[in-house]
Amino acid sequence: MNGRGAAISLRIAQAIPVVIGVIVISFLLTRALPGDPAVQFAGAAATPESIEQVRQSLGLDKPLPEQFIIYVGQLLQGDLGQSVSTGRPVIQELAARLPASLELTLVALILSCAIAIPLGILAATRPGSWVDQLCRLLVTAGVSLPTFFTGLVLIYVFYYLLGIAPSPLGRLDFIYLDPPHVTGFFLIDSLLDGDPATFMGALRQLILPAATLALFTLAPIARMTRTAMLSALGADYIRTARAAGLNRGKILYGYAFRNALLPVVTTLGMVFSFVLGANVLVEKVFAWPGIGSYAVEALVVSDYAAVQGFVLAMALLFVVLNLVIDLAYSIIDPRFGADAK
Amino acid sequence: MTMNRRQFLQAGTAVLSAVPFARSFAAIAAPADQIVVATGQTINSLDLHRTGTNRPSYQIAINCYDRLVTFGTKTLENGDVSFDYSKIEPELAESWTISDDGLAITFKLKPDAVFWDGRKVTAADVKWSFDRAVTVGGFPTTQMRAGGFSRPDQFEAIDAETFLVKLDKPSKLSLPDLAVPVPFVINSEVAKANATAEDPWATEYLHTTPAGSGAYKVARWDSGQQIVFERFDGWVGGPLPKVKRIIQREVPSPATRRALIERGDVQISFDIPDKDAAELASKMTVHSTPIANTIHVVGLNFNFEPFQDANVRKAIAYAIPYEEIFKSAAYGRGAPLWGATEPIEDTVWPRKSPYFTDLDKARELMAASGFANGFEVPLSISTDLATWMEPTALLIQEAVGKIGIKTEIEKIPGANWRTAVLVEKKLPFHLENFGGWLDTPDYYYFWAYLKGNLFNSSNYHNDEVAKLTEETLPMAQDDPQYLPKIKRMFEIAFEDLPRIPLYQPALNVAVNGSGGYEFWFHRQLDLRSLGATEA
Amino acid sequence: MTDQTSTAPATPAARHAMAAHMLYVCRENPVTAASFVMFAFFILSALIGPYVVPYDPLATNSAIALQAPSLAHPFGTDNLGRDVFSRVIVATRLDLIISVLAVAISFVIGSILGAISGYRGGWIDSVLNRVLDTIMAFPLFVLAMGIVAAMGNSVTNIIIATAIINIPFYARLVRAEVSIRREAGFTLAAKLAGNSDLRVLALHIFPNSLPPMMVQVSLNLGWAILNAAGLSFIGLGVKPPTPEWGIMVAEGANYIISGEWWMALFPGLWLLLAVFTFNLMGDGLRDIVDPRRRT
Repeated sequence: MNGRGAAISLRIAQAIPVVIGVIVISFLLTRALPGDPAVQFAGAAATPESIEQVRQSLGLDKPLPEQFIIYVGQLLQGDLGQSVSTGRPVIQELAARLPASLELTLVALILSCAIAIPLGILAATRPGSWVDQLCRLLVTAGVSLPTFFTGLVLIYVFYYLLGIAPSPLGRLDFIYLDPPHVTGFFLIDSLLDGDPATFMGALRQLILPAATLALFTLAPIARMTRTAMLSALGADYIRTARAAGLNRGKILYGYAFRNALLPVVTTLGMVFSFVLGANVLVEKVFAWPGIGSYAVEALVVSDYAAVQGFVLAMALLFVVLNLVIDLAYSIIDPRFGADAK
Repeated sequence: MTMNRRQFLQAGTAVLSAVPFARSFAAIAAPADQIVVATGQTINSLDLHRTGTNRPSYQIAINCYDRLVTFGTKTLENGDVSFDYSKIEPELAESWTISDDGLAITFKLKPDAVFWDGRKVTAADVKWSFDRAVTVGGFPTTQMRAGGFSRPDQFEAIDAETFLVKLDKPSKLSLPDLAVPVPFVINSEVAKANATAEDPWATEYLHTTPAGSGAYKVARWDSGQQIVFERFDGWVGGPLPKVKRIIQREVPSPATRRALIERGDVQISFDIPDKDAAELASKMTVHSTPIANTIHVVGLNFNFEPFQDANVRKAIAYAIPYEEIFKSAAYGRGAPLWGATEPIEDTVWPRKSPYFTDLDKARELMAASGFANGFEVPLSISTDLATWMEPTALLIQEAVGKIGIKTEIEKIPGANWRTAVLVEKKLPFHLENFGGWLDTPDYYYFWAYLKGNLFNSSNYHNDEVAKLTEETLPMAQDDPQYLPKIKRMFEIAFEDLPRIPLYQPALNVAVNGSGGYEFWFHRQLDLRSLGATEA
Repeated sequence: MTDQTSTAPATPAARHAMAAHMLYVCRENPVTAASFVMFAFFILSALIGPYVVPYDPLATNSAIALQAPSLAHPFGTDNLGRDVFSRVIVATRLDLIISVLAVAISFVIGSILGAISGYRGGWIDSVLNRVLDTIMAFPLFVLAMGIVAAMGNSVTNIIIATAIINIPFYARLVRAEVSIRREAGFTLAAKLAGNSDLRVLALHIFPNSLPPMMVQVSLNLGWAILNAAGLSFIGLGVKPPTPEWGIMVAEGANYIISGEWWMALFPGLWLLLAVFTFNLMGDGLRDIVDPRRRT
């Protein structure tokens, strides 16, 4: 097996204890929540008997270790359990909602990178100049405001006052039907279906929430780009390249940027997993049927299976993400593979 | 401005529908045939009988299924239309007779009533559905019991169109309890075809696929996003609804909902905050109907020592700044429930308490109590109900601080709130908002003033109140015994004050470009009356 | 920031050099100087704010609820007629406490874990890494929510939850820096000179990780407040009626569409200024603590 393959299998092996840890902690955390789901789901005019009936039907009358064993047993069969609040299998909910969140997050990140990386490079080539200060100012402003605040201001200005943005009603205005499900990403599915109207509809709905999230993620990406570019530009090989008379563009993009990419990709990975969990608030404001709002609702009503399923899905996604980042490393930096520990 | 936008939208959709393969609704339905509703609530099941079904989901039972009977409607003083608890009207039943001893009710079903699949609605379907309601447990079973229905052997299908209900004892609550959302009639053939050995009542199937005879069919349901209703043209439960298609979108943020209704992109915004209701009233039609048999109260728990002192309880009742609460928390929507000056002469409910804001009197009462130096107590509110509870609690905190009661506001998140306040009943000083479906004071007292019952969060007990409640619960409201007994209950409760009434909250619905809204006790949107544009 | 002193041996001459260096950094970068002035302003508001504000930040008055900014109420009044300006100023103390404490806890714990892990290596490293991975694998905001929901929504628990979700970032950074330098020439030299492991770690290796840590600290100080704001938005924040910027923005956000913009704008502006100050200061601090930039 080559170095890359070995490194990747090592990564996968390392992920196993993490997943086990996540399963145990999420199980314990949900049980530590103060609410009693039996009371919650017994409904409005519950009597002690009906609460007890619900408790039994949810299997919550059994001792904790037994509940855990049952849970793990189901997991091994690929069963994430049933969400009590939506009454549907958790896996089905996740499958329906994860693409919505992923689509939003990815579009936001692409938007954010398209602005932040050039900004960061520009700032790094002229440290201390007005461009640098302006960049600092802009990105800090973006990160200083809570996302729900930015989101509501955007709705207020672009929808309520100006009327340019479409109504903030989730992924598609009600005049469209969902495109046939292939990937779950409306942008891709509508294109596959050859339906440009729905594609535009989905894109229009995406703009405001994606802009909200992008504003929030500008700062870490731009700052990391700037820092990494600064240290790359200060390195000996750049000096050598300059001395050798290579042209500016080649130095900047061919050498410095390539080396600066490593920390930028790491940051991107961190930002991605952070945003996927944190866009809860944006989802609420834009009525976006994503995974974050589902988790918050589930947590508030102590819907154990839903919370556990969500956390587990996110953890697996995180593991996969790290793998992807490692792969990206190995493409960017051929030395990768030897020091994967 | 909104007109322009709407015209623009229509023009836009016309263009879109011209595009080949555009998956657009607009081509099918003209705007007049379609209403878009925005709501902050999430429907979590299409089957009310299932364990865990939440309150917003009741509207499926209301709009997609029929009951034997329903309530009539009346026009309120403010011009709003409301259900009328005193009138029982036919829905699936054509007529009914009550035996002289009050122990048997015989229903004749409408002969032309059909389910969505075209099959005739029979008494066997009714029996199966009622059996289900009393057997599945949880909330439906409890609600059925309130009307005196607890066992399948009480229901009998005499022939295809005749259905018999047998009662153990006569009760005035029996017939009204058949008009609440719970005893809805399911297409039992479809359900049974989809039932399994572990799931004899087909709860898994009906959870996602309703099978009824109601005015609206569910055309599509995207959990957590939207539900699309389509009219069932064969409905005989009442006059055929005007609107062909109703799209209900779930929009969690109230601010976003407000923007939508103001822009005219949705025609109805259901259950809007009091503040929005007050401000939107000048721009569009806003219906604010005080919710029947519902009171926002301050609960004083008798397990907490200082609250066992009657003077302390009265001191608090005189310290509360009712007017300010009604203004800041309810924005004047609903009905005030303080400062009654007349003696009790009728059974009007909810009714004003004799208390009002008088700090001097409150201080006197505190001084006369066993806790003249004051005490400390947490004031508990629910995170989910923070819109009204938080401003109310802050104003109460400030006011009772002036009579020496030091409070800290404790916000309890959703799932834990019910456990703490209603089941464990361990919160000494809290806010509460119980409302009863069956609109009589005795029903409210049963749940809120009887020891051990769920909404008696104050752990209150009084032998006489318990006895009076048990006596008046089945008693007809025109019984000569009824008024004096209810009067006595009111007097004791106002004297003992386990719950201090603040105000009767309102259900606010903003309508922009539609009409026909009716208020119902179940606090859900009845789609069937919607449609006529209001002048 | 307490660790900053450990980088400089406490002799008067060194202290003088430190001050001179600070002065140099400030002069070189006026933005950093400005950020220190802003920081002083926030500290001052935190210290004397509650004594100088014009109104009681908790006193309600429904007669003047939801008034737009005026001379009497420069930031307007909220839905209960409380003075927004007074509330914003008084909130400074609590917000600084939340952010500084949360970041300090994660900084200290993260540094210790990272240093041990990086310096020792071996199984300790592996175990600690997996533990950190596990925390990072959680969706962080939901983890914070879970912790606060399970332990109750008090200021202490918000601080703890914020600290826990940030520990892995610090630990990672320190570990990376330490493990690179553990075999470096200057480390071996210091060891040969008879310094104990702890001394070598604390005085010779750890200071090298400070510059990137400062960037992290400055970002996190702001995020800590935003995190509290997010928790408030879903109802798990600081207890009312305590003024806190996050809660005020969260509550005020619902009034934007109805036109009462001042309820969210002013606390939001202060939040922005504070995060700004932290961020700009972070860059300045990095320059100050960077051993390579010291002469």
